Amino acid sequence: MKRKPEEGLLISPIRNGTVIDHIDPGEGLSVLRILGVTGRTTECLSIATNVESRQMGKKDIVKIENRELKKEEVDRISLVAPHASINIIREFRVEKKIGVEIPPLITGVIRCPNPGCISNANEPIQSSFHCRSKGYRCRYCETLITRDIATYII
Amino acid sequence: MDHIISIKEVSREEIDDILDRAAAIDQGIFDHDALAGKILAVLFFEPSTRTQMSFTAAMQRLGGTVINFGSVEASSIAKGETLADTIRVVSGYADAIVLRHPKEGASLFASEFSTVPVINAGDGAGQHPSQTLLDLFTIRQSMPLEGIDVGFLGDLRYGRTTHSLAFALSHYGVRIHTITPQGLELPPSLVHDLHEAGTEIVVHEHIDDIIPDLDVLYVTRIQRERFPDPGTYASIASWYRITPEVLTGVRDRFILMHPLPRVDEIDPAVDSLPCARYFQQAKNGVPIRMAMLQKVLP
Ligand SMILES: [Zn+2]
Repeated sequence: MKRKPEEGLLISPIRNGTVIDHIDPGEGLSVLRILGVTGRTTECLSIATNVESRQMGKKDIVKIENRELKKEEVDRISLVAPHASINIIREFRVEKKIGVEIPPLITGVIRCPNPGCISNANEPIQSSFHCRSKGYRCRYCETLITRDIATYII
Repeated sequence: MDHIISIKEVSREEIDDILDRAAAIDQGIFDHDALAGKILAVLFFEPSTRTQMSFTAAMQRLGGTVINFGSVEASSIAKGETLADTIRVVSGYADAIVLRHPKEGASLFASEFSTVPVINAGDGAGQHPSQTLLDLFTIRQSMPLEGIDVGFLGDLRYGRTTHSLAFALSHYGVRIHTITPQGLELPPSLVHDLHEAGTEIVVHEHIDDIIPDLDVLYVTRIQRERFPDPGTYASIASWYRITPEVLTGVRDRFILMHPLPRVDEIDPAVDSLPCARYFQQAKNGVPIRMAMLQKVLP
């Protein structure tokens, strides 16, 4: 029988912070974009993509040290990784597990693809989308996004 | 405080209330000083002279007064002021705001900054609830709305007028028939919404297939720009053109509607037929807007 690589071999455990597990394969970088983690931020982070998973076949994992995600940040992750599970780590122990829930309204995360939409105008406005079973509908112009959601992340 | 932004946010009861008010107003039953002392700001960021005139007429018939900012060029907007700031300032001057703006969703956005009711008079390709209400009112002048057969002919893809009307009709168990050129069918998301609201939609190839079974035919303009060449446009336009011959054998209560302005869609020879209601429809803009103003300015 082929031995599965242990997670620990890919990413070392963290002392304090957040582990985001069961991310849909290939979406780990999108999760980081949603969380505003870029090359310029100071967080120490590790990312593993296409890790073998019993549940999902393959999955991505993201670990962010010294940052505990808030509930609304977690829910934004639902955009690209609806099956993700979030573990808040303190002193190497899982302090809290948070499931991802799709929020009814998602604000300031994805850009409306309609150039004629007021949310793309030079106004004090945040994009705002209703989350529906068939996709994300702009609250202002009703444009519906059904696929490639990650490409609309601001 | 009540805004009127999108017909989707207006319940069947509220629609009926506005239509009842408009019916009374149309018969001359209203207080001519109902809005005396009230000021309506009419903010048109793009020209639509008729809509602007009919809101102004509506306010003045109820004894109120109207302010506006004249031409957009002359005002602060030309200096780059945001809509948000304009709305914040103007809602300090007036008791209600009527807004027309080229950006979709502008009215909803404005309502978030306004301290007085906002009525959407059209935002980009977006919502235009006063048009929908006057369309419903025009139908109701001829027949009850419940369970009728309404045909939509022309551009149903880009014409939001028909989208809003189709959506509002879903409150009344209306059956919808569509006759459109290829590529200009109802958008799938709207079809989905209408089905969810329990509305039956029947697609027809040619108007002759359904005209005897319609109570209402709503014609919209097919824009030249939608077609690759003038020849294609000309043949499509003639296929969808309404002439007196097309209308032979219609039901007794049948009415023909069009949001105007029309170009070639309806033969002027149709104008004198009793079923032609598009000028009546335009005239209904005033009582409907009076009813809307009374609704938001109690
Ligand atoms: Zn939009």
